[in-house]
Amino acid sequence: MNWLTEPFQYTFMINGLIAATLVSFTCATIGVYVVLRRMAFIGDALAHTILPGLVVAYLNQWNLFAGAITAGIATALGIGWLSRRQEVREDTAIGILFTGMFALGILLISAVRSFRDFTHILFGNLLGVTVNDLILIGAITATVLIALALFYKELELTSFDPTHAQIIGLNPDTIRYGLLILLALTVVTSIQAVGVVLTSALLITPAAAAALLTDRLQRMILIAAIIAIVSSLSGLYASYYFGVSSGASIVLACTAWFGIVWIIRSISKKDR
Amino acid sequence: MLYNPHAHADPIHNAPALEARRVVASHAGSPAHALNGVSLRVPVGARIALVGPNGAGKSTLLKVAAGLLKPQSGEVLLFGNVYGLCHCHVAYLPQRGDLDWKFPINVRRLVMTGRYVHLGWFKNPTRADEKIVDEVLERLKIDDLAERQISDLSGGQQQRALLARALAQEADLMLLDEPLNAVDADTRAVIAEVLATLKQQGKTTVIATHDLGRLETDFDGALYLSDGCEVPPPPGAFVGIDVS
Repeated sequence: MNWLTEPFQYTFMINGLIAATLVSFTCATIGVYVVLRRMAFIGDALAHTILPGLVVAYLNQWNLFAGAITAGIATALGIGWLSRRQEVREDTAIGILFTGMFALGILLISAVRSFRDFTHILFGNLLGVTVNDLILIGAITATVLIALALFYKELELTSFDPTHAQIIGLNPDTIRYGLLILLALTVVTSIQAVGVVLTSALLITPAAAAALLTDRLQRMILIAAIIAIVSSLSGLYASYYFGVSSGASIVLACTAWFGIVWIIRSISKKDR
Repeated sequence: MLYNPHAHADPIHNAPALEARRVVASHAGSPAHALNGVSLRVPVGARIALVGPNGAGKSTLLKVAAGLLKPQSGEVLLFGNVYGLCHCHVAYLPQRGDLDWKFPINVRRLVMTGRYVHLGWFKNPTRADEKIVDEVLERLKIDDLAERQISDLSGGQQQRALLARALAQEADLMLLDEPLNAVDADTRAVIAEVLATLKQQGKTTVIATHDLGRLETDFDGALYLSDGCEVPPPPGAFVGIDVS
């Protein structure tokens, strides 16, 4: 069992472990809403659109989180604004902003000609988590989870029956924007773990696997969180022992979990 | 903290439950008027039918009254209050397709969402709310389905759950969009009984229907619609009290 504990004699591994656990838990929890509200596309888009915010912040030596959060929230509001009169459909608006912002990020990176500096933004770097990063990740995790708990009944209602919400004076758009802002915050923390390109996997894959296993919301959140945390840990070990990318390992572990769940479901369905 | 404190205005004494004057409205993204100058007056305690074929504007008129769709012109008063002030005294039964029935939630919690209008932000249902939910589940004879997920309901059971929620709201004006559409005979009987009780309790109901059969026995008056306009009743059809 030595191989299990050995990595954790190093501080950077412990930091990585804490970050991975917090990030997976938050991503999986909010991810259940993302999946149930069919917002997978916007989750992926948000992760990509914060790239220019990160790059601008990096080049000016501002706080990376601040840059990313600004870009994320701007995108969330921009999508709502573009599609508000339904002349442009929402998924079209997402497609336009998502690619535009990501391209802007790439352009800025290529202008300074140092792609290498940005590989950890694109693909994550769990082993480079600092104590300051941990504090920020912890604060954001707490904020997101408390908000999800406080607005549980409103999130639930607007997810399946926005019409009734509107009747009783609860504007579904308010909840939606709120959720998008929480999503932007969550995505920013997961950049450190899996990077811009793969973040949506942490949001969607564990939640989608959990949705196959149960039709109770709270149980779904719990299962998604367990899958995400186990996947993150296996990714961490993989990167320690085999020197491969931690982000890619985490995502592949999530995908493998989904595959296993899918197969079990298909077999048990046939039996019935 | 209520969701929209402005929508809880008290009913004005002696005012009709619903009054619409020359209402013009259309759906988002569609240039055509779904309602073209319709007027309707529903006295407190009356049971009124909106009759017409699909696309006549029945649902649109209910949506306008429920505060879901803002009229482009004309006037809508609820219990004498101008549009937007009194919607929390209104319960609305949507057509079944308007909900995501795959969402992981059970019947009890769905019905409980009818109490949210009185709870608002940060407040969780109390014992009293639980009791009201139990009562309405029993009234609609779905108390045995309380713990069942809404994805496992039949069409008739879905309709009963939605009506149970509308009752849980304890509203004074009930706007029901085709409550008897495509439901089984048992559900029909249960819903008819509930509607009769509402009448006895002095509640006002406005019901969209394309069923001309039972208008005389079940309603006090009817508004006939076609292509977004009021039309005269077909020869020999039920008229009742004057509602326009």
